[in-house]
Amino acid sequence: MADNKRIDEPTGTQTVGHEWDGIEELDTPMPRWWLIIFYATVVFAIVYTILYPAWPMIDRATAGVLGWSSHGELEKKLAEQEAQRAPIMSALSTTPVEKLVASPQLMDTAVEGGRSAFKVYCVQCHGSGAAGSKGYPNLNDDDWLWGGDITAIQQTLMHGIRQPGDDQTRMSQMPAFGRDGLLSSSEIQDVVSYVRFASKQEPASESAQRGRAIFANNCAVCHGADAKGDRQFGAPNLTDAIWLYGGDRNTITDTVTNSRYGIMPAWGGRLDPVTIKMLAAYVHSLGGGEGLPTSDVGAEPEAAPAPDESAGNVIAE
Amino acid sequence: MENTAIRAGGWTLLGFACLFASAMAADAPFAVHMGIFAIAALIAAWVSIGRVGSEEKRAFADSRRDVYYDEVIRWGTIATVFWGVVGFLVGVFIAAQLTFPWLNVEPYLNFGRLRPLHTSAVIFAFGGNALIATSFYIVQRTCRASLFMPGLARFVFWGYQLFIVLAATGYLMGVTEGKEYAEPEWYVDIWLTIVWVAYLVVFAGTIFRRAEPHIYVANWFYLAFIITIAMLHLVNNLSMPVSLLGSKSYAAFSGVQDALTQWWYGHNAVGFFLTAGFLGMMYYFVPKQAERPVYSYRLSIVHFWSLIFLYIWAGPHHLHYTALPDWAQTLGMVFSVMLWMPSWGGMINGLMTLNGAWDKIRTDPIIRMMVFALAFYGMSTFEGPMMSIKAVNSLSHYTNWTIGHVHSGALGWNGMITFGALYYMVPRLWGRTRLYSLRMVNWHFWCATLGIVLYAASMWVAGVTQGLMWREYGDNGYLVYSFAEVVAALHPYYLIRWSGGLLYLAGALIMVWNIWMTIAGKLRDEAPLTDAAFDPAKDRPLPAPAAANVAPAE
Repeated sequence: MADNKRIDEPTGTQTVGHEWDGIEELDTPMPRWWLIIFYATVVFAIVYTILYPAWPMIDRATAGVLGWSSHGELEKKLAEQEAQRAPIMSALSTTPVEKLVASPQLMDTAVEGGRSAFKVYCVQCHGSGAAGSKGYPNLNDDDWLWGGDITAIQQTLMHGIRQPGDDQTRMSQMPAFGRDGLLSSSEIQDVVSYVRFASKQEPASESAQRGRAIFANNCAVCHGADAKGDRQFGAPNLTDAIWLYGGDRNTITDTVTNSRYGIMPAWGGRLDPVTIKMLAAYVHSLGGGEGLPTSDVGAEPEAAPAPDESAGNVIAE
Repeated sequence: MENTAIRAGGWTLLGFACLFASAMAADAPFAVHMGIFAIAALIAAWVSIGRVGSEEKRAFADSRRDVYYDEVIRWGTIATVFWGVVGFLVGVFIAAQLTFPWLNVEPYLNFGRLRPLHTSAVIFAFGGNALIATSFYIVQRTCRASLFMPGLARFVFWGYQLFIVLAATGYLMGVTEGKEYAEPEWYVDIWLTIVWVAYLVVFAGTIFRRAEPHIYVANWFYLAFIITIAMLHLVNNLSMPVSLLGSKSYAAFSGVQDALTQWWYGHNAVGFFLTAGFLGMMYYFVPKQAERPVYSYRLSIVHFWSLIFLYIWAGPHHLHYTALPDWAQTLGMVFSVMLWMPSWGGMINGLMTLNGAWDKIRTDPIIRMMVFALAFYGMSTFEGPMMSIKAVNSLSHYTNWTIGHVHSGALGWNGMITFGALYYMVPRLWGRTRLYSLRMVNWHFWCATLGIVLYAASMWVAGVTQGLMWREYGDNGYLVYSFAEVVAALHPYYLIRWSGGLLYLAGALIMVWNIWMTIAGKLRDEAPLTDAAFDPAKDRPLPAPAAANVAPAE
């Protein structure tokens, strides 16, 4: 084969002398820059494996002379973050939630932290803009089912709504008037007419007139004689334009017939008290937050358990 | 005659065994798949019976040593074009699904099932058929010998198509091992193993029969591809079926060992399927189309061995910042960094082969396609080592940057070099003087190029945006964006990516027309462009020293 070597005219380079289906090969040396960079990456690799954990031995790998590990780095960064936030976090943990308003700096941090936590834990149901959807309340408005002052919000967050196994959870249960045979279907249609009349969606009618009496006997105990709801039972105001499940005839019929039983988890068992406080501050800041009930201003602990006391039943994250 | 009877009887028996398995199946998808196996076996039996009386003609054709055996390559060419269009179409559709989620049709056509259909269709159906067809084309010509065991080669082709059909229907029915790029279940894996061993026999047998003293570099790469893929496939698919009549199996490994095995496989599917195999393609078609000698023999040796040695260790870079031990992450990273120059060796050797014929980039659209493929090969093999560096990876991992990287390689390198090879082979395989239209190759080139640019650029921006938004902390030390907000921010880039995919598909459809018309024997009336010369008289094996034409049976 060596006798087939020839000089390639356009490049002036000698061929190797092989030929396959007309393909020849030039005897060009490897590009110098290519070799140098290749060697450089090899040197880099050797140095890097000396500095960092790399070579597997019998029972463990070499640790690297820098002593670096990914666990160590993570712990270091977390510790740095923690140290940086420590003063404000300890202030947050000792300040009762209703006192946050007094300190704009604390409040601001709490709202920002709450905004972040909300995006992780709450958006799945309440939406990333907290506007809610069917069955999940809008948190931007001032229509509250269980109370919209900051301590009431914290209570809801801590113990949830109808959370099984939590003694302090927000609890109530609307009867399934149709399914359990408490009202006949024509009576249900009448009470639906009344509710739609009370919410100004339908004009007065005979059906609504009949429904008024049924409402007074069956519904008013929770929703109030004026149908404006009662926060003690999380009973919604039925006279406004805000509906948790829907205000059309079919949906209200469904609600009265089968009832509803919306559940919100008790976050007290999953999140630390400071995060819950932050979430309360954030939700309160969304636009509908209410002032504290005037009688409570003297720091009444019965409305909402103080954060410290609840810390006992929190499983640390 | 007797042989045919045995063969037809065997296929029929196998068909009925599969029908029995189908009837006894533990789950519906397994029943469907055994039904497909049965249909395939019965078709094989039918074809065998139909051959009665013409066996001698066939046997003579198969034993001829004075011409190349190209029949199976013609089928493979058509299959490559067909599966390519299918794969691109599914890709365009799932890109649209990501942009407009309402396009997810549950359960058969949701993103989760169509995504492996897309990846398998383009990698294994389009790429795999291209590799099998070109390897048979190249190994015969560079060995100057006819194909070893043409009958087995036909089995490889049809067996591989059956594997594709089983894989694709399995995805739609929700059958999966859950291993990326290795989704088919155990019985499909066993079938592929049989086909792959047959492939190795045909390829290696042809090399053993060569009339040339040396093995050409393209064949080194093809051989590395075939052998390594066999090893990867076997190890990564080690699993235990729940029932021999059911589709579900469980992997032999668990936890981080399973993840590492999977990415050892996954990364080397890129390394040996999409890099080594396609480099084999490049090493033949670029010098042939450019009509120039390969730039450097020494470079091809050094970059081949360094590529083969280094690639196999690079897999752990897919598992940075996971439960994988730090030492394995380090090794995955440094081996990937060292891989940069060995990968570039192929690009240099391909591009510099044009030394002395640079004007052809301007005048020959097929060369332009190949040069563009090499340029994108160079870009993605630089990008890959860069993304394997842990600091970069902490930003890029799990983002659309990875998708952009993969597609600059797949659309730019694998797609374009395959198109170039198809345009080279088709007129020669069907005995035409030239392609139907070289100008349409040019149109294909520009559609595909613009499509790739839109695709890659939008995914780079989307990936970096995504990575930065995920890690964005506010002054108070809290994350600024929720996951859904990041998804919403990507919408415009997804739209651009989708339009890039559409352009790429449009280019492929131009190719379908061009190849169709070439096979039909039409020539478009157009101003001529440069093309490589071809002498059909020389396109045949070297006569063996003695008794060449009456070759004994294998």
